[in-house]
Amino acid sequence: MADKEERKIVIPGETIVSGDEYLPGEGTEKNGQDIIALKYGLAEEQNKLIKLIPLSGKFSPRRGNVVIGKVEELTFNGWVIDIGTPERAFLSLMEVPRFVNKDALEEVMAVGDIAVLKIWSINKRGIDLSLKARGLGKIGEGLIVEVNPNKVPRIIGKEGSMIKLIKDETGCNITVGQNGLVWIKGEKVEDELLAKKAILFIEENSFVSGLTEEVTQWFGKNNGKGNTAEDKE
Amino acid sequence: MKTPKITIDRIKKYLAEGKRFDGRKPEEFRDLEIEFGVSKKAEGSARVKLGNTEVIVGIKMGVSEPYPDSPNKGNLMVTAELLPLSSPRIEAGPPRFPAIELGRVIDRGLRESHFIDFEKLCIEPGKKVWTLFVDIYTINDDGNLLDAGGIGAVAALMNAKIPKYDEENSRVLHDEHSEENVPLTKERPISITGYKVGDKILFDPTREEEDAGETKVTVGISHGIISSMQKGNETDLDTEMFGEMIDMAEKVWQDLVTKIEKFIK
Repeated sequence: MADKEERKIVIPGETIVSGDEYLPGEGTEKNGQDIIALKYGLAEEQNKLIKLIPLSGKFSPRRGNVVIGKVEELTFNGWVIDIGTPERAFLSLMEVPRFVNKDALEEVMAVGDIAVLKIWSINKRGIDLSLKARGLGKIGEGLIVEVNPNKVPRIIGKEGSMIKLIKDETGCNITVGQNGLVWIKGEKVEDELLAKKAILFIEENSFVSGLTEEVTQWFGKNNGKGNTAEDKE
Repeated sequence: MKTPKITIDRIKKYLAEGKRFDGRKPEEFRDLEIEFGVSKKAEGSARVKLGNTEVIVGIKMGVSEPYPDSPNKGNLMVTAELLPLSSPRIEAGPPRFPAIELGRVIDRGLRESHFIDFEKLCIEPGKKVWTLFVDIYTINDDGNLLDAGGIGAVAALMNAKIPKYDEENSRVLHDEHSEENVPLTKERPISITGYKVGDKILFDPTREEEDAGETKVTVGISHGIISSMQKGNETDLDTEMFGEMIDMAEKVWQDLVTKIEKFIK
């Protein structure tokens, strides 16, 4: 770990580095002098701070994350929503920016509906969600694609470069939830399917460096021919 | 996560134009791959890949008492296990409805086609007969486990060799396989499942399409005739569509037979 640029593959419980001067960062823990990995992933050091980029595992929620979830249950004062976390995620009536008839919650969202939400607090009881921001709300139509939550940063790309590329190539609207659910909406189903394929391609090749270029090439090969023709090859 | 409703709406909308997400025709099957003898210890085994769906079927044989109503016939037991590794929605634990259904439907397909000559599996009438254990394990679930499992069961049975039997000590010598095959008929039964999605019929669904399916009918075909049938799911199916489904299944059967023949030498 002497080299700053070096990334090391670690498994949970492995000592990444040992020494009092190091600080444990995301995904790591300090035990005596040792910095121990809590997840399977790539460990890197920045100014004596040890960070771990997970390669697999569940979505770990953070405040402010935009997520896509599915309504699991209606209660008397809100909705229980599945966002793929072990903890229970709840959307309270108070967090819906419009009038809601308390006797007819299903008019806003019924069981099975999909919505884009924001995590506004995480506490002992679970996760609290909100609809009070721009771009949040129930999803009417489109395609939902499920990817590994740890691959979401690659799908978005540096400052959104990758997602912009997909949007430009397919003409679809794409919302990426931090929990690994992606909502695609385009004018034609073919466009949506092309965007879905591109996202799955990125997920599969997420370890490749210079991925944006690779995806541009991929679009060159796959675009225009139409989805059906390409599958038949 | 179960396929969301909006994705299902998209599948239905697209299917109304006669198209599917992966570019197949409604009655087209995915690429089929059969591998024989994947397990060295089992009496017979096969791995079947249908697109991304993958199952392994193993055959074990034991000697037991026959049932009172069939003293000179061997026994057949088909069980299916949905392994948690095959899909995130499967939990470990006792078999639930889908696993039981899978075993039962494939059991019926094999039994009613008279594929296995049970009378030849009799050692001593009324006392000792061979019991065939057909175990289906799912490795990867991308829809249509019913058909993949059915093809796998038939393939594994064809691959099976009867183990040697020690008459004196009444013990089965599992390590020593005889050269004798399980007595089977030449004609191989195939079960084909048709799914009603919206007001269209499709075959060999992916996981998403299977979730969109409202009703399914499994048709077991042997000797070119229908030998068994099983309807699944709660939704109803009208007579017209049912007829259409049977007609389509017969057409699909022809294609599938040629696909399977390629792997059988």
